[in-house]
Amino acid sequence: MPSSAQTMPTAPVAPPGPPGPVGAALRRLTVTELKLFGRERGGVIWGVGFPLLLLVIFGNIPGFRTPVSKSAHGVSILDAYVPILIAFVLAMFALNALPAALAGYREKGILRRLATTPAGPGRVLAAQLAVNVAVVVVTLVLLVGVARLAFGVALPRQAAGFALAVLLTIGALFGLGLLIAAVVPTGRAANATGAILFFPMMFFAGLWLPIAAMPPVLQHVSHATPLGAAAQSLTDAWEGHWPHPLQLLALAAYGLVFILGAVRLFRWE
Amino acid sequence: MPAVIEVRNLHKSYGDTVAVDDVSFTVQEGEIFGILGPNGAGKTTTVECIEGLRTADAGAISVLGLDPRRDHADLTQCLGVQLQDSQLPERLEVGEALDLYSSFYRRPADWKALADTLGLSGKRRTRYGKLSGGQKQRLSIALALVGSPQVAVLDELTTGLDPQARRDTWALIEGVRASGVTILLVTHFMEEAERLCDRVALIDAGKIVAMDTPSALAAGVAAEMRIRFRPSPRADDELLTGLPEVTSVTRRGDLVEVTGTGNVVAAVTSVLARNQIVAEQLRVDQASLEDAFVALTGHDSHRDGNGAREGER
Repeated sequence: MPSSAQTMPTAPVAPPGPPGPVGAALRRLTVTELKLFGRERGGVIWGVGFPLLLLVIFGNIPGFRTPVSKSAHGVSILDAYVPILIAFVLAMFALNALPAALAGYREKGILRRLATTPAGPGRVLAAQLAVNVAVVVVTLVLLVGVARLAFGVALPRQAAGFALAVLLTIGALFGLGLLIAAVVPTGRAANATGAILFFPMMFFAGLWLPIAAMPPVLQHVSHATPLGAAAQSLTDAWEGHWPHPLQLLALAAYGLVFILGAVRLFRWE
Repeated sequence: MPAVIEVRNLHKSYGDTVAVDDVSFTVQEGEIFGILGPNGAGKTTTVECIEGLRTADAGAISVLGLDPRRDHADLTQCLGVQLQDSQLPERLEVGEALDLYSSFYRRPADWKALADTLGLSGKRRTRYGKLSGGQKQRLSIALALVGSPQVAVLDELTTGLDPQARRDTWALIEGVRASGVTILLVTHFMEEAERLCDRVALIDAGKIVAMDTPSALAAGVAAEMRIRFRPSPRADDELLTGLPEVTSVTRRGDLVEVTGTGNVVAAVTSVLARNQIVAEQLRVDQASLEDAFVALTGHDSHRDGNGAREGER
């Protein structure tokens, strides 16, 4: 045993060491979470493979690649779907993967256990977020790359606007994911809640019916939902316009409200 | 010897439910101190306050001179914890878990040696989800020790283990104490407390009802001893009732049951020997910690004890 045991209790242990292990712990937790994500085969296939598969299927439907003549920019149906697929990927990770993982960790007492170590439960939360955002970004790059190289889909024309829209969408959707993780009791409940929110939200993002083809009322509703605003902003930027400020504002507001709500409501046990 | 854990007048309620009601005790360096009691008695709440997982409503706690809430970061460096019902990610390997947890501490133990000691070295590449109950328990003990703590709090150490694994775990804990670690043990197994603990606090309904060494606690209620035997040849009751140590003699068929105090066993056996009576099937029942438990809390530990892991929060 360390000699400090003999000098108790006047001189507690814990020499004022450097805060080194703190950053190291976060790094180690992130690497571990990444490994665990890789082992979660379902997550990899569903989160990364499925959007790519959708892209390949859409890309191989001949009519989807010919520009729609009426369109001002000569965009094909496939061009129009890529931003929606991007919103889809972001929503998959934010609403399905992240809340289920975090709520499962709480349910299994992993967060409590970490609360008794110097690492603390906040770091595993940060590690989970980092891994999910990193995998999402890699998936987006893959998606855009495959769309460009295999199917000739142009890259986003308004790159800065596109990056901003992606960033704000990540904030809004991952904020919502954290909020789900904060309020549901179990990993299962998180899965269910994520799925229940996912499908209507994807509807308003135009996964089944393009936003432009919706009746005006639905279009308005769509623009007010997080994924609708995301899909519209991403599409605008893709086609070369700066996204509508109102929709960017909506995304930012959603992100702020969700994250604040998650911080207020999150329970460690 | 300095006190390593000091709990004074601890109170904790959840809403209207009083979980811990004025609990005080101290644990000395190098001691194995047991908190014993039925489920829902407030054992886990008490240690969760010591671990800094909960804030006490009132009272003072000091662990190694640290306040578990205020000095939580410092405390985590020197307090190893095994939680009741805490798991790890299913797909995390044993070696990875130990390596990860050891990276949290300033002075970690050699986790490979620790895995050896706990019989886990062959399981380093095994995922948590594939471990048996006993292996999971050993891993959770290893994780409690991987930061080379000065104090370890172990909650329901052997619940859910088979008898052999339980005995192995006990031997292990004795080894940990021998290496200088002070241990606070939460249990509802009498046998475990009798075997491991230097001192035991008996908790019931949030209050400490008794605190002493296991044998002293048992002796406290050992006013009576019960001796049963089949005398051969049959003996007269008067032989026994005349002894000052004997309080009662009853017959059940051929069996004679003698209760008494003090040195009653020696008195009875010598009077039988003098009369050349053989005591067949001789059995002496001495009060155990279990009897102490029943006497002090007024209920049977087995009634709400074995196997029921939920309920205590």
